[in-house]
Amino acid sequence: MKKLIWLLPAAVLLPACVTINIYFPEAAAEKAADRIIDDIWQLKQEQQPANGKTAPTGE
Amino acid sequence: MKKKLISAYLLIVALLAAPLAFGQADLEINTPAITAIKESMKSQHQQLRSYYENGAIGQTRDGMVAVRDAKLVPLSDRQKLNSLVAAQNRDRSALYREIAVANGHPEWESEIRKTFAERWISKARPGWWVQDASGAWVQK
Repeated sequence: MKKLIWLLPAAVLLPACVTINIYFPEAAAEKAADRIIDDIWQLKQEQQPANGKTAPTGE
Repeated sequence: MKKKLISAYLLIVALLAAPLAFGQADLEINTPAITAIKESMKSQHQQLRSYYENGAIGQTRDGMVAVRDAKLVPLSDRQKLNSLVAAQNRDRSALYREIAVANGHPEWESEIRKTFAERWISKARPGWWVQDASGAWVQK
């Protein structure tokens, strides 16, 4: 009987653990999308010359 | 007995924390399959770019590319444009699927597509055409 007490927290917490892992990681997906799109559209190379030099003097 | 119970609790908490930490990590996007799709899309982009700029094609609300106004393209180039768009869309679908699979959740594919759809549209350059939520074309 005493051994059953061990199972109680496990029974409550393990499903919670599975649930957490199934959630779609929205922020991580956005970051991944941005990196891939920048790469395919070559946005970083395009913007760097403009941003790198004019931005600091502008502020 | 109490000590044993506490250490059991600690073990369970530690086991719980691990997947939580992994859940917040970056998505895996560096598999050979994803890199190959990306390279293919990059080379297509060299040709697609001028059509984005003149408004012949645009970004759809479902993460694809579509012909918006074929009349902006000379008749002789339309077939080429259609196959370019088809190839781009094949790669985009494959990309969403591969990211979902690479992260161990094939069922995430439609969410990944949705996220990409938003990001393609938001990152489209000024002058390019994108679809709004109702599917109407708007110029950025």
